[in-house]
Amino acid sequence: MTPGLAGFVVASDEMTWDSALDEALEALRGAFEVVLDQGSTPGGTRRTWFDTFDWRLYRAGLSLEYVATRRAGELVVTGTDGNRAVAGPASSWRATRSYHASDLPDGPATRRIAGLIAPRALLPMVTVSTAGTVARLLNADGKTVARVLVERPAVEDRPLPPRLAVGEVRGYPAQARRAARLISLAPGIEPASAEGAANCLLKDALRAIGRRPGDYSNKVDAKITADMAAPKAVATILLALLDALEANVDGVLRDTDTEFLHDLRVAVRRTRAAIKLIGDALGLPDQEYDRFAAEFKWLGDQTTPVRDLDVHLLDFDVMASRLRAAKEDDLVPFRTFLQGRRAREFRALSRCLRSQRFTALATQWRAVLDDVADNSNKSEARGGAAVRERGGAAVRERGGAAGRGRRVTGGERMPTAGRLAVGRTRQAFRKVTRRGGAITADSPPESLHDLRKRCKELRYVLEFFAPLHDKAAYSTVIGDLKKLQDCLGDFQDNEVQIEEIRALADAMLRAGPVFNGAAVPAGTLLAMGELTAGLAASQQAARAAFEARFASFAGPQAQGHMAVLLEAR
Amino acid sequence: MKIYATYNIKGGVGKTTTAVSLAYLAAAEGLRTVLWDLDPQGAASFMFRVKPRVKGGGKAIIRGQRSLDDAIKGTDYELLDLIPADFTYRNMDLLLDKGPEAKQNRKLSRLLAPLSQEFDAVFLDCPPSISLVSENVLHAADVIVVPLIPTTLSVRTLDQLTEFLATFPGRRPEVLAFFSMVDRRKKLHREIVEELSMKREGIARTAIGSAALIENMSVQRAPVTAFAPSSTIAKAYKALWAEVSELPGLSLRNAAG
Repeated sequence: MTPGLAGFVVASDEMTWDSALDEALEALRGAFEVVLDQGSTPGGTRRTWFDTFDWRLYRAGLSLEYVATRRAGELVVTGTDGNRAVAGPASSWRATRSYHASDLPDGPATRRIAGLIAPRALLPMVTVSTAGTVARLLNADGKTVARVLVERPAVEDRPLPPRLAVGEVRGYPAQARRAARLISLAPGIEPASAEGAANCLLKDALRAIGRRPGDYSNKVDAKITADMAAPKAVATILLALLDALEANVDGVLRDTDTEFLHDLRVAVRRTRAAIKLIGDALGLPDQEYDRFAAEFKWLGDQTTPVRDLDVHLLDFDVMASRLRAAKEDDLVPFRTFLQGRRAREFRALSRCLRSQRFTALATQWRAVLDDVADNSNKSEARGGAAVRERGGAAVRERGGAAGRGRRVTGGERMPTAGRLAVGRTRQAFRKVTRRGGAITADSPPESLHDLRKRCKELRYVLEFFAPLHDKAAYSTVIGDLKKLQDCLGDFQDNEVQIEEIRALADAMLRAGPVFNGAAVPAGTLLAMGELTAGLAASQQAARAAFEARFASFAGPQAQGHMAVLLEAR
Repeated sequence: MKIYATYNIKGGVGKTTTAVSLAYLAAAEGLRTVLWDLDPQGAASFMFRVKPRVKGGGKAIIRGQRSLDDAIKGTDYELLDLIPADFTYRNMDLLLDKGPEAKQNRKLSRLLAPLSQEFDAVFLDCPPSISLVSENVLHAADVIVVPLIPTTLSVRTLDQLTEFLATFPGRRPEVLAFFSMVDRRKKLHREIVEELSMKREGIARTAIGSAALIENMSVQRAPVTAFAPSSTIAKAYKALWAEVSELPGLSLRNAAG
């Protein structure tokens, strides 16, 4: 039997699911003898969809199901074409815990999945229990010529619409097509969506628990429009960032995978950048800005040590494989030391994320943003008079590297999100081109670090207002910027890592016995030295590439792309 | 993929019953199984309620104009498929008797080879004869299962088969004979079964009795192992399948690949 030749969902508004199913079976009885086959009932299966927190499999058009059967469990991969394939046995898997790429059974399908998800963990997203019945369709000889699988899925005892799938018996395709045609004519029965019955079931199941596939992404996901009042738009952007920040806290505390902390840090950095670059539109008193800016800086600082150690550990194998003089084993004490240090720093980070201070920051920040959004809504309802008043009192044009700005006063109308986006994007872009243009071969590294920060600010401003931009123009500009950012990132990250490895070597020496009760071996320190030499070479390569990268970014073509973006809006 | 053939030069000894019952048991064990009904009478096809007809007939298959894959029909049982009989199979000898002589007795082997992508077990239900068809079957099979009626003469046919297989160069199939249609009430049956089981190698410990249920298979049009799984006869077939699938030579080949 080939399941899913044709899938149907019982989606009747006018009759109960049971009577719609009866109608379908009755329609089949006109052409076949229908035998309900209790013997081969595939009832009692439980399938759990696994995906990363940010739905990497779903976004790639794949799904991974752990199907628990009476005997054992197996992993089933469904591809973009809707074809299901058993990826391997999974007898030790459970529907309630997370797994890493290394836990997948080896095979072509799972290797592809492993490549997509690393370093993220696979989390159980939703579990569907299904009771099923098979109806065999017999011809005049009493021969089974097609099967109809009736599934009654449920999530946590909440029933979902039943499903029917017509299965073809090999050598009898016409009969299966006939059965599908008869079922499609029955009232209350709809064909399953084109994307496939499995995905359709996943969506129904997630809806039952108040979720949807792809409901988390590390992209800024603010529902703003160009004509929205600027305070409301900025509050909406900051609320989306706060949602993203809070969504990652649990994963960080459970230490499910390292990307939770990465995404949490990105949300903090974006929040800080938004406060600095567009936060004035919220119209808050100065001391409020300063307080929240300081608190988010504190939060960011708390997360740095663990992330830095994560980066070392994630890159460890690649870096170790590049050693020429030293042996990979020489680095074992270094890895042990990093792991020990990470465990300690992780405890400190956990205390921070469970602290009153963090909870108060999140709660108070949300209240402030909700308040701005509410006031903005009320103002809009009153016809915009209050917006003008608020705008006149509060909009500040920020300027200068320190970000402390002058306040624009007067009776000018509060800008819309669209105007704010154009103004602040142009400002950030100018800053990047001006500062980058001043960098020469003799400029100190700090000037490149500073330019990297300005590039990040430009990137964030672009991302905050992404929904307002023309999609094609936006992707082109982001593409231009990303190349420059990668170069600057290589330059600075390598430098930071070199400094960190030196500091860690110092710390290892001071720590005394770290490995099997002995002091750090000389071979380890030499290997760490070789690592820094490799990083220094990469840094120099990035420095050498900078001029060309910047020239390309600030050149007429990229300038043109930015002009198109700002005009296309 | 392992190929099992039920073979005996004599008719009416239980070849089809055995092929159908063992194929059902293999599929029930989780092996992807296909049974090829090579007998133009189409008894196995009848048991599975499949029309004994192949598009283009035996000619199209033997000449390679249609792949065996195209002829496969699903049965009522999961993992068990059937290549139906066709009346034109009665001329299969003539069809095989073409081309270089050295290749004539390997044609079925070559036709079956592509099925290894899809199936774990193939059962060949042979017509009763000594012919080019049976020679092809003996070359293709990993195991020949030989039903024997407990008579002195029937043992001679087993000797003939063994001698014939001994002439095969290179790989030879395993042979497992078993007593079929044994009537325990008959003294002669009891004596022959006991004596020959002791004396000869290659005879299964399991004997299959004669039972009304076996005759009932053609009424039920289903394997006895499916419609009466708890019956003595079905249990005997399970024991026989255990012996067949655990043949030492076979398990060695399993381990090798």
